[in-house]
Amino acid sequence: MAVLIDANTRVMTQGFTGAQGTFHASQGIAYGSTYVGGTTPGKGGTMHPELNLPVFNTVVECRDATGANASVIYVPAPFAADAILEAIDAEIPLVICITEGIPVLDMVKVKRALAGSKSILVGPNCPGVITPDACKIGIMPGHIHRRGSVGIVSRSGTLTYEAVAQTTAAGLGQSTCVGIGGDPVKGMDFIDVLKLFLADDETKSIIMIGEIGGQSEVIGAEYLAEHNFGPGKPNKPVVGFIAGATAPPGRRMGHAGAVISGGNDTAAAKMEAMAKAGIMVADSPSALGSTMVKALKK
Amino acid sequence: MNIHEYQAKELLRRYGVAVLEGHVAWTADEAVEAAKKLPGPVYVVKSQIHAGGRGAGRFTNDPNGKGGVRVVKSIEAVREAAEAMIGKVLVTKQTGEAGKLVSRVFVEDGCDIKRELYLGLLVDRETSRVTIMASTEGGMEIEEVAHNHPEKILKVAIDPASGIFPYHARKLAFGLGLEGKQVGAFQKFVLALYGAFLELDCAIVEINPLVVTGKGDIVALDAKVSFDESALFRHKDLEALRDDSEMDPKELDAVKNDLNYVALDGEIGCMVNGAGLAMATMDIIKLYGSSPANFLDVGGTANAARVTEAFRIITSDVNVKAILVNIFGGIAKCDMIANGIVEASKNLSLSVPLVVRLEGTNVDLGKKILAESGLAIIAADNLADAAQKVVAAVKGA
Repeated sequence: MAVLIDANTRVMTQGFTGAQGTFHASQGIAYGSTYVGGTTPGKGGTMHPELNLPVFNTVVECRDATGANASVIYVPAPFAADAILEAIDAEIPLVICITEGIPVLDMVKVKRALAGSKSILVGPNCPGVITPDACKIGIMPGHIHRRGSVGIVSRSGTLTYEAVAQTTAAGLGQSTCVGIGGDPVKGMDFIDVLKLFLADDETKSIIMIGEIGGQSEVIGAEYLAEHNFGPGKPNKPVVGFIAGATAPPGRRMGHAGAVISGGNDTAAAKMEAMAKAGIMVADSPSALGSTMVKALKK
Repeated sequence: MNIHEYQAKELLRRYGVAVLEGHVAWTADEAVEAAKKLPGPVYVVKSQIHAGGRGAGRFTNDPNGKGGVRVVKSIEAVREAAEAMIGKVLVTKQTGEAGKLVSRVFVEDGCDIKRELYLGLLVDRETSRVTIMASTEGGMEIEEVAHNHPEKILKVAIDPASGIFPYHARKLAFGLGLEGKQVGAFQKFVLALYGAFLELDCAIVEINPLVVTGKGDIVALDAKVSFDESALFRHKDLEALRDDSEMDPKELDAVKNDLNYVALDGEIGCMVNGAGLAMATMDIIKLYGSSPANFLDVGGTANAARVTEAFRIITSDVNVKAILVNIFGGIAKCDMIANGIVEASKNLSLSVPLVVRLEGTNVDLGKKILAESGLAIIAADNLADAAQKVVAAVKGA
């Protein structure tokens, strides 16, 4: 079944006629996903010059005309929170924001608006979501994926690709890959995606890739300890990795969220929490696939 | 982006936050002039650097002398203190061994301190809300308090929809044991500070210590303000407060070239796309027995020019004995990166071994460009192979 998106997903793009929106929509279409149109305020009523899909002024209009049930956002950072809020207001079930560098206080407002809404947000500052051979929403290179059994959830884009390439090489493939993004305030977190993976029949095992900073990997690990591992529970093998073991405290490592602040948010502390929960921790980012093969044999 | 204490106080004053009167001085003469504008008879002379622990810090030229914050009782003593600080290097717990050059001091009115409290505002990622933290343990390292006595840290999270209300502040005030007119003064202080935090798109505002004076006033004795870099586009005026001299020159260079770079003290220069993969690359270098000289994320929109700039910055670090390029193309295209590498090699005449691992979007094209370039590049097939080869190159050198 996979999670979040499948062959029935109808994708619209906010920031549709911009360079990013155009390029990645064309890539998504080439991958075989169903892209139905998008918005660029002021260009409503026209057709996208390269993609031959309709352009609308507002998300509601686009949704009503195309039946879109997912929206991907490539709007520049100063206007991205506005775009997310418009998608939430239009009750788009799945909103995926790729944009990097959205002000944190903008995201605080977005997060508040998500509470009690009909939308799920993935991102911002993330590569997007892909269910191989069915639907690709975001900026990940499609060709490295194979439809298979591993659910991947990650805070980092390129490290997700690493996990994808390794699970593809190991012959396992992926059910769905969800990049939750590197910002401190975001939509779905590890725990939200893990819940979906545990409930999904096609997802037989899980790779979760975290980073230094924050507690969300620990919260995710504790959730797995309680709901995945043990008699009568799914017991899906889970492999974990935390990037940033060599990062010095107090220095922000690229992602707005990747900074060691308290002392219990280090890579070592998180890996320990993962291991304690029953997750098999890969000691190297090149061992994600091989550790999964090991975990599956156990 | 961090700013100096005197800049932070000036900003906060505009939002109605209670601070003491004070003036910045770049010379001892200016410090004397600054002191003359104050009521006296007690003055505080404070070194202005972007690091905490100034009071307990020591100057490199006078390791057994007094610290970077001095309470003095005459105008002449203000001059002596300023002379002892300006142009000198101050080492504190947060500066590292090299310390930081003090180029200016803040001369502030003395204050009758009855209690020292802690007040901090930040966005708590677990609740996704602006959270106000307060503690009776002011003047101390708040991280230590949080670690050893978490119960001594009071927290109030503010719902962004309804915003802050006086009860939020009252809850903290009574929790801190404030009484009488102190409660009202604290309430006013907290509401003003929250307003400043939102208006200025702050990442962190820390008042440590926040003091209760003998008269029952509440005033910020120190102030640390740091802004959300992502929001600076809507605060053009704040850019003027950036102090380039506080940054590592290589990091400053990187910022100007739109590169995400953090200087470290190892021997392998790294160029990677994506922050997570960049950190993981550092980790695997360590795992194979060497250490990274830097964190560098070239970003998704890397082109030949930016790759060249990245190489220039990496090689400007004299400790770099080899370079590892690790690219997993998504948005970034391997051919674009390969062209950048070829161009950089021509312009910079690299003198250290270069290991390149390319994967993802347009990988075949990228590999072809490198192979045809005739450059002495050590090609790697995957992350582990790349780490092994670059570490071997360093050990062999």
